[in-house]
Amino acid sequence: MDFLIFQVPMLTVQAVLDGLLLGILFALIAYGMALQWGVMNIINIAQGDLVILGGYIAYFMYLYGIHPAWGVIVSPIIMYFVGVIIYKLVINKVVDRDLFISILATFGISILFMQLMNFAFGADVVLANSGYGTTMLFDNSVTLPNSKIFSAFISIVFAIGLVIYMKKSKLGRAIRATAQNARAAKILGVDTEKVYAATFGINAALCGVAGALISITFTIHPYMGLPYTIRSFMIVIVAGLGNLPGVAISGMGLGVFEEFADYILGTEFRIGSVFLLLVLILVYRRFKLSKKREYLK
Amino acid sequence: MKIKNIIITFVSAIAILFSTSVVSLAKVVGDKIILGAAISLTGKYSSNGVHTQNGYNMAVDRINSMGGVKVGGKTYMFDIIYYDDESNPKRAAQLAERLISQDGVEFMLGPYSSGLTKAIAPVTEKYGVPMVEANGASRSLFTKGYKYLFAVLAPANLYLDVAIRTAVELNGGKGVRIAQAFEQDAFSQDVRLGILDAAKETGSKIIIDDKLPKELNDMAATLAKVKATKPDVLVVSGHTKGALTAIRQIAEMKVDVPMLAMTHCDAAKLSKQHGANSQYALCASQWHKTLTYKDDFFTDGMTYDADFTKEFGYAPPYQAAESSAALLVFKDAFERAGSFDQKKVRDALAATNMQTFYGNIKFAEGGQNVDKPMVLFQVMCDDAGKCENKVVAPLKWASAELIHPIPKWSDR
Repeated sequence: MDFLIFQVPMLTVQAVLDGLLLGILFALIAYGMALQWGVMNIINIAQGDLVILGGYIAYFMYLYGIHPAWGVIVSPIIMYFVGVIIYKLVINKVVDRDLFISILATFGISILFMQLMNFAFGADVVLANSGYGTTMLFDNSVTLPNSKIFSAFISIVFAIGLVIYMKKSKLGRAIRATAQNARAAKILGVDTEKVYAATFGINAALCGVAGALISITFTIHPYMGLPYTIRSFMIVIVAGLGNLPGVAISGMGLGVFEEFADYILGTEFRIGSVFLLLVLILVYRRFKLSKKREYLK
Repeated sequence: MKIKNIIITFVSAIAILFSTSVVSLAKVVGDKIILGAAISLTGKYSSNGVHTQNGYNMAVDRINSMGGVKVGGKTYMFDIIYYDDESNPKRAAQLAERLISQDGVEFMLGPYSSGLTKAIAPVTEKYGVPMVEANGASRSLFTKGYKYLFAVLAPANLYLDVAIRTAVELNGGKGVRIAQAFEQDAFSQDVRLGILDAAKETGSKIIIDDKLPKELNDMAATLAKVKATKPDVLVVSGHTKGALTAIRQIAEMKVDVPMLAMTHCDAAKLSKQHGANSQYALCASQWHKTLTYKDDFFTDGMTYDADFTKEFGYAPPYQAAESSAALLVFKDAFERAGSFDQKKVRDALAATNMQTFYGNIKFAEGGQNVDKPMVLFQVMCDDAGKCENKVVAPLKWASAELIHPIPKWSDR
C-alpha cells in the first residue's frame, strides 16, 4: 500500500484526469460491445483483438509516412468490412444459438486473430508517434499528453455521432427494432440478417477507431487484446445492456478506479483490481435481485 | 483373416518406426555433429527467436566453412535440428524430450528466453545432455545445481548493477535514491534483485518499487510518482514493451530524472521508434559491436556486425551475437574433449576459458558465464536527430563519455 497519492494533492488531480481520459477511450470499445451484445446476444471475446488490428492499420499508415491520426478515419472503414466478413463466415452460424457457443466461437476468432497478426506483423511491440506534445497544468506538476486528450475527444465525437445515427437513420432504427424484438422486426419487414451484419461491422469499426487511438497513445502488440476485452466486458456489465450514458459513466469510473488502484495498491494489481470489482458488482447485483424477488430455493 | 491383416500391419508399422529411429538415433552421423534446438519461430518471442536462429546458423556456416570441428583426428561439420516451440514452455519441454529420445540428439542449444530455458533444462539434465544456451539469463537457472547447463551470457541480476554503481560513483560515493519499475516475470524480477543487492552494498535507498503487469502499456502512475519524489536514478525493466512505454510516457509527461537505465533497448529499437526522445537513456546490453574482444572465426564485433548485416539484412542485436558464441563454445569443448562422450564434453564445457568476439567465456559452478561484464550504452543523438548507441560503461570499453545528469526537458 502506498498513500503517496493523498500526500501530494497534484497526484490526485493527475490520477483523476488520466483516469477520465483513459476511461472515455475504454467506453468507446465497450460501446461497440454493448451494441452487438444487445442486438445479437453475443459476447465478443475477440473485441480486444479487433482493437489491436485497428491499431495496426494506423501503425502501417504511420510507417508509410501518413500521420497516424488519419487512422481514425481509415481504420474504421477497413474494420467495418472485416467485421462484416467475420459475421458472414462465423457469427451468423452462432447468432441464434446458446450464449456459450458464441463465446466459444469468438474465443476461437480471438486466438486466430492473435496468431495471424503475429504471423503477418511480427511479435515486436510497436507504436505510432503523433508528435502532439503535452499540455501542462498547475506549473508543470500535472501533465496531460495531447495524444490522450485527442483520443478522448475523438471517442466522444464517434460516440455522439453513433447515438445520432442510431436515432435518425433507417438502419439505426432497424438495429434498435431488432434489439427489442428480432422476430417482430422480421415480421415487419426488417432484414435482420443485414442488421446483424451491419451491427457487427459497426462494432468492428468502433474497435478500429479505438485501436488507431491506442496506437498513438500506448503500444500495439498482437497479444495485447485481452485486457481491452475484459475492460469492455466489465463496463457493459456495470452499465447494463442498452444503457449508453451508463456505458460512458461506467467507462470513466473504471478509468479513474484503475488509476487509483495503480497508485495505492501498485501497478501489478491494476488489472487484478478490475477483476475484483467485476466479482464484487456481480455478487452485489445478485444480492439485490434476491431481495427483490421471491424464488424457489 | 481380417485380424491377421491388422496384426501384420501393426507389426510392420512398429518395425518401420524402429528402423527409422535406429537410423536417426545418433548425434554424430558420418561427419556431422547434430545439435538440437527448440526455438520460438512463432508466438510472442518469434522476433527474438529468429535472431537466435540466425545467430546459430551464422556460426554453423562460419565454423563449417573454416574447417569444421576436429575430434580424434577427424573433421566434423555442425548441423542443427530445429523445432518451433511456439513460445510455449510446455511445448519447448516436449520438443526437448522429442529431440533427445526420438531424434537421438545428444547435445543441445538453448531456446530464447529464461522461461523457455527453465522449461527445457530439467529435461536435458534428466538425460545428461549438455546444453549451451545463449538466451536464458534468469538467476534461478544457475542456482538449481544443474550440471549440464552452460550459459554464455551474464546472469540477469548483473544487467543494471553497473548503472547503480556508476550513479553512486558520480554522486561522490554516496548512496543514491532509486525509483524502479519491473515487470513481473522471471527475468525482470532477477534484474530487480540485482538492483536491491547493489543498493544495499552502496547504501542507496529505493523510494519507488513498482511491479509492472505482463499486459503493461501504461506507466503514467509510476512516472507521476517519479515526478513527485525526484529520485536520482530511474530503472525500468519490462522487455520491449517496458522500454517503449517508458520512453514514450517520460517524454509526454516531461519527467526529469538525472539517470534513466533500462533493459531491452536494443530489441525495442528505441532510437528508431522514438528518435530524439530516447536520447540519454542508458541501456544494459550483453554485447556491443564496438567491444574489442577477438576470435579466429568472426574476428571482432565490428566484423561480425558487418557480416551478419550482409547475410540477414539487419544489424545483429546482442541476442544473435550471443547465440553465435554458443557454437564457438561447443566447438572448443568438443575439440578439447577429443570425444563425443557426453560426460567428457560436459567436463570440457565446464573447463571452458576462452575469448570470443562476444566476450570472455568462463563458467561458474552453476553454469553462468562469470568472465563477461555487462555493458551500458547510452542513446546519443546529433542535431539532425540521428541517434546512435555508444558504450559508456564500464570505462574500459567506453567509446563515449557518459552524459550525466540528463538535461531537463525544458532545456532540450
